[in-house]
Amino acid sequence: MTVAKPLPHDAAHLHVTGAARYVDDTPAPAGTLHLAFGISDVARGQITAMDLEAVRAAEGVVAVLVADDLPFANDVSPSAHDEPLLSDGSVHYLGQPLFLIVARSHLAARHAARLGKVEIAEDDPILTIDQALAAGTRFEDGPRIYARGDAAAAMGGAEHRLTGSFQIGGQEHFYLEGQAALALPGEDGDMHVISSTQHPTEIQHKVADALGVPMHAVRCETRRMGGGFGGKESQGNALAVACAVAARLTGAPCKMRYDRDDDMVITGKRHDFRINYDVGFDDAGRITALDVRQYVRCGWAMDLSLPVADRAMLHADNAYWLPDVRIESHRLRTNTQSATAFRGFGGPQGMLGMERIVDHVAGHLGLDPLAVRFANFYQGGLSAPRADGAPPEDFLKTGKTYQTTPYGQEVDDFIGDALVAQLRESADYDARRAAVAEWNAANPVLKKGIALTPVKFGISFTLTHLNQAGALVHVYADGSIHLNHGGTEMGQGLFQKVAQVAASRFGVPLEMVKITATDTAKVPNTSATAASSGSDLNGMAVKAACDTIRDRMAEHLAQLHQVRPDEVIFADGRVRAGAEEYSFADVAEMTYMARISLSATGFYKTPDIKWDRIKGQGRPFFYFAYGAAVTEVVIDTLTGENWILRADILHDAGASLNPALDIGQIEGGYVQGAGWLTTEELVWDDAGRLRTHAPSTYKIPACADRPDVFNVALWDGENRADTIYKSKAVGEPPLMLGISAFLALSDAAAACGPHYPDLQAPATAEAVLRAVHTARGDV
Amino acid sequence: MRTTFLLNGSEITADTSPTTTLLDWLRERPGLTGTKEGCNEGDCGACSVMVTDASGARALNACILFMPQLEGKAIRTVEGIAAPDGTLHPVQQAMIEHHGSQCGFCTPGFITTMATAHLNGETDHDTALAGNLCRCTGYAPIIRAAKAAETAPVPDHVNDTPLLLTENTTGEAPTEPGAEPPTMPEALATWMSENPGGTLIAGATDVGLWVTKDFRDLGPVAFLNRIPALSGVEVGVEEIRIGAATTLTDLHGVMAEHHPAFAELIRRYGSVQVRNAATIGGNVANGSPIGDGSPALIALGATLHLRSVDGVREMPIEDFFIDYGKQDRAENEFVEAITIPRQNDHLRCYKLSKRFDQDISAVCGCFWIEVEDGEVREVRLAFGGMAGTPKRALRAEAALRGMPWTDATVASAMQAMTRDFTPMSDMRASSQYRMEAAQNMLLRAWLEDQGQATNVLEVRA
Repeated sequence: MTVAKPLPHDAAHLHVTGAARYVDDTPAPAGTLHLAFGISDVARGQITAMDLEAVRAAEGVVAVLVADDLPFANDVSPSAHDEPLLSDGSVHYLGQPLFLIVARSHLAARHAARLGKVEIAEDDPILTIDQALAAGTRFEDGPRIYARGDAAAAMGGAEHRLTGSFQIGGQEHFYLEGQAALALPGEDGDMHVISSTQHPTEIQHKVADALGVPMHAVRCETRRMGGGFGGKESQGNALAVACAVAARLTGAPCKMRYDRDDDMVITGKRHDFRINYDVGFDDAGRITALDVRQYVRCGWAMDLSLPVADRAMLHADNAYWLPDVRIESHRLRTNTQSATAFRGFGGPQGMLGMERIVDHVAGHLGLDPLAVRFANFYQGGLSAPRADGAPPEDFLKTGKTYQTTPYGQEVDDFIGDALVAQLRESADYDARRAAVAEWNAANPVLKKGIALTPVKFGISFTLTHLNQAGALVHVYADGSIHLNHGGTEMGQGLFQKVAQVAASRFGVPLEMVKITATDTAKVPNTSATAASSGSDLNGMAVKAACDTIRDRMAEHLAQLHQVRPDEVIFADGRVRAGAEEYSFADVAEMTYMARISLSATGFYKTPDIKWDRIKGQGRPFFYFAYGAAVTEVVIDTLTGENWILRADILHDAGASLNPALDIGQIEGGYVQGAGWLTTEELVWDDAGRLRTHAPSTYKIPACADRPDVFNVALWDGENRADTIYKSKAVGEPPLMLGISAFLALSDAAAACGPHYPDLQAPATAEAVLRAVHTARGDV
Repeated sequence: MRTTFLLNGSEITADTSPTTTLLDWLRERPGLTGTKEGCNEGDCGACSVMVTDASGARALNACILFMPQLEGKAIRTVEGIAAPDGTLHPVQQAMIEHHGSQCGFCTPGFITTMATAHLNGETDHDTALAGNLCRCTGYAPIIRAAKAAETAPVPDHVNDTPLLLTENTTGEAPTEPGAEPPTMPEALATWMSENPGGTLIAGATDVGLWVTKDFRDLGPVAFLNRIPALSGVEVGVEEIRIGAATTLTDLHGVMAEHHPAFAELIRRYGSVQVRNAATIGGNVANGSPIGDGSPALIALGATLHLRSVDGVREMPIEDFFIDYGKQDRAENEFVEAITIPRQNDHLRCYKLSKRFDQDISAVCGCFWIEVEDGEVREVRLAFGGMAGTPKRALRAEAALRGMPWTDATVASAMQAMTRDFTPMSDMRASSQYRMEAAQNMLLRAWLEDQGQATNVLEVRA
C-alpha cells in the first residue's frame, strides 16, 4: 500500500529542474497587461486630493483606477467587509492601496505607481497596543473572556504568586513566491482566475462580488504556491480582484504580482501580542490559579483576527491542567498592516505565553522547568506510566472523567507526558542539563542554555462549518485516475499524501494517479487549506470518492463471477474476484463497457465537534496533536549574540501518511518557529512605516541557523480519533517546537545572575543582552 | 546595448538596455522561467545562476546582474543543469531523494548554487548556501542532499568554456555610436571627465537596487568588467595592492593568508553570490557607514588611490569618509586601488548583526592592537555602524596607546568610547545597544588575549 511510504514530494522532479510552474510562470496570452498598486505613504488620514496625471502619462500605462471606477463591490475582506480594494477616501495604514495601475509591463506599472501625487490630511496614527488601549480602538465591543472556576479567589489562596508582562513580536510569512494572480476574461462575462492562494473559493467569491456576477461565472485555479504559511489565506484577494476588474474593464488578460517590498508593506503578518499574567502556584510549581490578559495587535481591518485571537485563548493552557483560570483577550485595532493567518493562527502566541509562565514559575522556585511541566501536565487520556510505575490508565476504559481544558473540552487523547518522558530520555536531557551547568561554571563570557517544551495543538477549524471537504475522482477506461479535491498545495506535500490515499484505495501504483490543480469548477465551496486540516479533510473526501467507484467496480465483478463484493480485492495494481484476476485497467474497461459510472464525488465533514465562541465552551477540536523539543543554545554575554547548537524533536503525526513529508514539516516548522522567536524582528517607526520590508532588513533563518545537531523522530502511535488511516495533522504544530529555542535562550540568560531574565520575543541579540542585564540585576 | 554570451551551452546575443537585469531577460525573452524572483535585491538567492568566466564558475544573483556584465561569459540556468538528454545532475537527484524541496520556489536557486559548489569541489555547504533562503524545509534535508552529492563526478556538460577564452577577444562589445566603452583605467578617467554624472558599474550589488527598487536614472554608465586592469590583488614586498574591481571572493583568498580576521569578516559579508559580484572598491566608494570593508581597511592602515584625468591622488582611507553620504572624491575621480602595508598581523574583526550570515552589520568593529612587553604600542579602532561614516574611536585609542594592556586600561578606553560616538537607533539596533556592543568588542579583544572563549560560533553542543 502506498500509504505510509516515505515518497518524495509529487513535484520534486519539477522543482529541481525549474519546470514547476507558479502563477508568474504560466504562459500568458499576448497582450496581457500588468498591474501595480499606488500605496499610501502615511498611516492615517483622509485623502483630500489625488493627482494621477503623471501616472496616466507614464510610459506603458493603459489605465489608472480609483475606488469610484470599480463597478461593483470595493471589498476584499474575508470577514467584515471592512477592507476596500482601493481606499474609499480614508487611509488606515502606511502601505494601503489607493489606486491601481494597468500597464503593458510589470516594470512600467511599478514605475508609474511612484508617480501619484496624493494629498492626505493626516491624523495621528494609532500604532501600538498602548495607543490602541488608550484610544479604545478595538474589534468587538470589549474583551472576550473564557474562564473556569474562580481565578481571583484561587489566587488569594495561592502559596506563591507572580506577575509578569511578556511581549511577543509578529512574523512576516516570507513565502519565497510573492503574492500573484492572473485573470483571463472569458465569453459572456466569465472570468478564469489563476491565483497563488490557499483559498480558491474565497477568491472566486470575492471576484464574483467585484464583477457583479454569480459565483458560477468565476473559476479559480491553483496548481501550487511557492509557500503560503497562512499568508495566502486572505491576502491574495486584492490581487485577484484587481486583475479580474482590470480584465473586465480592458478586455485583456491581467496579471499582478507584488514586488517583495510591496508584498511586505501591503500584506498582513502574524499578530504581535502582549501577555500579562498573574499566576498562583504551590512549592512544587503546581499552578493553582492563572489570570492571563492577551493584548492582540490586529492592524487596521478585521481580516481573520477574531478566530486568531480565539485560538490564542484556546492554547493558553498548552499541555497543562488549570483548575481556576481566567483568560481575557483584547483585539486591538491599529493603523498597521491587517495582521492575518500565520501557521498556528494565534495558537503559538497563546502557547508561548503559557510556557513562559511555567518558565517564570520554575525560575522563581529554583526548579528545573521540566519538573514544573510534569507537575502540571494533563492527567488521563493515553498518558504514560505514572511516576509510581503503574501502567498507563486509559480513562476511556476505566470510566473516569477526563480533565478538561479551560473551555470545557475533555483531553481524552493526552500523550504529552509520555512523549516528553521519551524525549527526555532519547535526548539525554538530564545529563545534558547538568553538563550545561558545569560548562557555564567554567565559562564566564559564553553561557549555554537548554529547554524542553511540549506542544499540544487543537486540530479543527474553530468555525465549525469550515470542517468539510469535497473531492472529485475519475477513473478513465484505461485505468488511469484523475484526482481532484479542495485542498491546495503550498509545499506541504498535501497532494502527494492524498494521492497516496487514492492509490491505496484502488490498490494501484501511485503513477496511475494524476494529481490536478485545485479548481473551483471541479470541487465547489471549499474551505481554505489552513488549520492543518488539509490531509484530514481532503484525504477523507478522496477516500469516499474512491470507495464509491471501487464499490461499483467490485459490485460489477461480483455479479460477473458470483462472489460477494467484499471478496473483490484491489491490490498491487490487480483486481481479484474469486479465482479470476485482472489488471486494474481491465476492470476499468469492463466497468465502462457495462455502462457504469467511473466518476464520483466524495464528501467529508468532521464529526463530534461543537463550539460556542462567545461562551468559550464546547469541543472545538476533533483531537489534539502533540510534540516536544529540546533545544540547547549558547549566548555571548558581551553582545547577546546567540546560536542554536542542538535540537531533538519527538513529534506525533499519528500513523503517518508519509513519514518523509511529515519529518519535512517538523524540521521546517521548528526552524520557522525558532526564527520567529530569534532573528525575525518587525520594526515600525513612529510614523507607522515598516522599516523591515525586505530580506535585507528582515532576517529569516539562513542555512547555518538550523541546529548543528538536529534529531527528529516521529512518535510511534496512531490517532485515537477516526482520521484518514489514523494519521494526525502536521502542518502547524511543529512551528511551536521552536518555543524550546526561545526558552533555552532564557535559560542561558538565567545562568548570568539570580534574577528571572524576563526575555522578550523575538530574542534578538539585543533582547538577549537586555535579559542578561536583567538576570544580573543591572539597572 | 548588445551582449554576447553562452546560455546553457549555446551562444546568444541579446540587445537590451544597459540596466536590463539577467533575471528579467531570462524570464521574458527566452522564457526560461525556472529562475525565480524572490526579492529582486540579491538577498534570497531564488534567482541564482551559474556564471563561468576565465576565473571559473561562480554563483550569482540574476536579479541584480545587468546584461552587459555578462559579455563573453557562460550562463547556466536551472534549465541547463540536467544533461541535455534529461539525466539529472547529482545535486538534483540528491535533492529529490533527500526531500530537499517543499514548495519548490527556492529550489532552482539552490540547485544552481549547489551545482556550482559541486563543480568547484566546495564542501562547506553552510557557507556556500548562505545566500539561498528557504522558508519551508529548515535546510536540514538540503544539506543532507549536498553532502550526498559531494563525491559524485561533475557531469561534463556543466563545464562551460566562456567565449573570451575560445575567441580571445578583448572583451569589447558593440555599443551605441560614440560611446566606446573604456577598457583601460586611463580611458575610464577620460570617460568620467566626459560623462559627468555617469555611473560606474562593477558588481552592481548596490547599483542594482538603485534600478530594481528605486527606478533611478543612472545616466551614462561604464561597466568595469571591461577593464581587467582594475581587478586583482598584487602582493608586493612593501604592500598589498588591491584593484578596486577585485571581488570580495577574490579578496577573501588573499586575506585568508595575510589577515585571517579580515577573511572571516569577508566570509560573513553578504553571501557567496554577493561576494562573487561585489567589489571592494564599490564597497569603499559607496561611503556607507555600515559597509564592512571600510572599518577593516582603516584598521589595517590602508591607503586609497583615486584616479582622474589629472592623475592619481592618494590618502589614508579614513580621510575619504567626510560625512554621511559625502566622500572626498571629485566628480571626475574614481577609486582605482587600495593598498595595505605588509605587516605582521594584529587585526581582529567583530561583526554584529541580527543574523550571522548575509546580514548588514549593526556594528562592525575592526581593531589593530599591537601589544609589546605588555604595553599597547599601536592601536587603531575602526567602527562601522557607530556614526555617519566608518570611523575611528580616537579617544578610546588614546586611552589605550602607550598604556599597559590590562582590564583597567580597557575599562577606561571603553569609557572613553562614549565620547567618540553617538550612534543612531534604527531597525538593526538601538543607540544604547550599539554603544554597549562596541565597548564590549574591545573587552572581547582583551578577554581573547586572556584565553577566554568568546565566540559562540566555535561552541558545539
